[in-house]
Amino acid sequence: MFGFKTVKSDAAKPRVDAEAVFSVDCGRAVLRLSGVWLVSRNRTPTDEVLRRISSEIDSLSFDTSELKVFDSALVSLLFKCYESCSQFGVDFDFESLPDGLRNLLRLAVAVPEADASKKGSDSFNIINRLGTHAIKAVDSFAERCGFVGEVSIAAVKAVFGKARFRGCDLLSVIQASGPEALPIVALISFLVGLILAFVGAIQLAKYGSEIFVADLVGIAMCREMGAIMVGIVMSGRTGAAFAAELGSMKVNEEISAFRTFGISPIEFLVFPRILALVLMFPLLTIFADVIGMLGGFVIGSGMFDISYDQYVNRTLTALNIVQISTGIGKSLVFGIIVAGIGCNMGLRCENSSAGVGMATTSSVVQSITWIIVADAIFAVIFTIFDI
Amino acid sequence: MSNTQKQPADVPPEEIFRIENLTMAYGDYVVMRDLNFTVGRGEIFFIMGGSGCGKSTLLRHMIGLIKPAKGTIFFRGKNFSDAPEKEKIEMLRQFGVLYQGGALWSSMTLAENVSLPLREFSNVSEREAADIVDLKLSLVGLNGFGSFYPSEISGGMCKRAGLARAIALDPLVLFFDEPSAGLDPVSSHRLDELIVQMRDSLGATIVVVSHELASIFDIADRAIFLDTATKTQAAIGSPKDLLNSGNKDVRVFLNRGVDPRAEKESVL
Repeated sequence: MFGFKTVKSDAAKPRVDAEAVFSVDCGRAVLRLSGVWLVSRNRTPTDEVLRRISSEIDSLSFDTSELKVFDSALVSLLFKCYESCSQFGVDFDFESLPDGLRNLLRLAVAVPEADASKKGSDSFNIINRLGTHAIKAVDSFAERCGFVGEVSIAAVKAVFGKARFRGCDLLSVIQASGPEALPIVALISFLVGLILAFVGAIQLAKYGSEIFVADLVGIAMCREMGAIMVGIVMSGRTGAAFAAELGSMKVNEEISAFRTFGISPIEFLVFPRILALVLMFPLLTIFADVIGMLGGFVIGSGMFDISYDQYVNRTLTALNIVQISTGIGKSLVFGIIVAGIGCNMGLRCENSSAGVGMATTSSVVQSITWIIVADAIFAVIFTIFDI
Repeated sequence: MSNTQKQPADVPPEEIFRIENLTMAYGDYVVMRDLNFTVGRGEIFFIMGGSGCGKSTLLRHMIGLIKPAKGTIFFRGKNFSDAPEKEKIEMLRQFGVLYQGGALWSSMTLAENVSLPLREFSNVSEREAADIVDLKLSLVGLNGFGSFYPSEISGGMCKRAGLARAIALDPLVLFFDEPSAGLDPVSSHRLDELIVQMRDSLGATIVVVSHELASIFDIADRAIFLDTATKTQAAIGSPKDLLNSGNKDVRVFLNRGVDPRAEKESVL
């Protein structure tokens, strides 16, 4: 707004560097400012000048006869001088400043500094911080419990046909998270099947039992990799989309609008999303399993001359309903994790665009972490029950 | 058109809101303290103050989005701020809120936005709902835009559509958060007229957060001034009374930065 200002019109002459000379005479201080004061050009000697202002002087005035060009560099020095003067009770002589400087400075000092603007600047206090973090952690845990509770209530209501959400919303989420996810799920699981077969077959070939690559790929895809890969792809694709969508709805006060109409955003927005993923995850997992085995077959037939019939027969012998259903069962839980965390992060989002970004990031990170943790828990349970 | 009886003959003029010793805070940071005021039935009540003083925060307290740090908000004599969820929802259904940016639900068309509350909370048929939607959109000058999505219309239009949604259920209390911000002068004037009409013809009580002086002098019955410096209410009364308020900040505010009692002294 107040770019460069020329005090005297001799800017064509070689420029003189900024200079501030402080002189005191019987308690009356004069600051002689001369030369060129530009933010981009030189260092402002703020500390040197401020050190000289103390309660020993009565007034501070300025001599600007040699001042050539200035911008905010000088104004900020004067502003600091003013603050220092008012702290020590020194008279600040506005009148000795040229018009432009005086007016800018008057604007800057018109509103006294608010206490609020010093927020968070107090010195590092470990107990204070620890306490704040603890309170936040407890709040966040309570908030999550509340979220799970509200979702459960919505689910119970839905069972009795009383949940409030629009069928077309559910369908559009199903469309976006089911059929539209097929290409990426297909690509990833095909490659995973391929990699499993490739790594496994080379080892198995040492014992001349390449045919068992069909068992390896079939079991690995159905029990573990299918569900996990769908979970990871969907947490990056759909979970992040949920977080971003609900987050920006929160920023736009759309969530508040639901609340003030007495409509629960959990029932109206979150529940259909969780339901959609719970419905789509098992289907996507079955799809991923089949495509993964196809990937295995490509390696088996291409590199080790296993025939189609042989591969299919081996796969069918290796797989049973328990293997397949453990994977599908896990995928249901992964679906709840991805949708739940995505929506929860969206609803907890801070009211800014940066907040939406953070909500999206943490939704993906947390979803993937919890998917792996849940998978580990399943592994332990399945081992204990010998499934 | 109304689904709630507005002014039963046996109820005397009552106070709709009573705010007692309200302190608003974000964590440790106190925004405003010791607010005490009432809003009467059929009143057009303005909340004003400099930017960042907590006007919108006060509004968010009154519509139950934020819990008071201290103090109580009563709605028609019942404790609103500590009401159990079910009772609170019953109270909320008597409110209509116009948010700063309109806050339309972006995945729905304007008509769906306006009709959603109707479908959820009243027993109107599809046909009646469609008629009411047409009426409400016409009232805000958006007749024919029903099939548009919020992303397809301008910010000012979103705001007007937000108003159409807020008045969908003929609420007892209407809240406006900075209604004229972002509106052209004609729409802004039209909105003022609509506010007065909502009160005169439907008996609605109106609470407006605004620092639009023209609106305040035109339509406000009473206004409260929140003062940033003292962090509490500085004055309350009719706009004309406030012009001669004993508080200098209030006079300066209502005279666009100039205190009429100290004409020589400029504020800056």
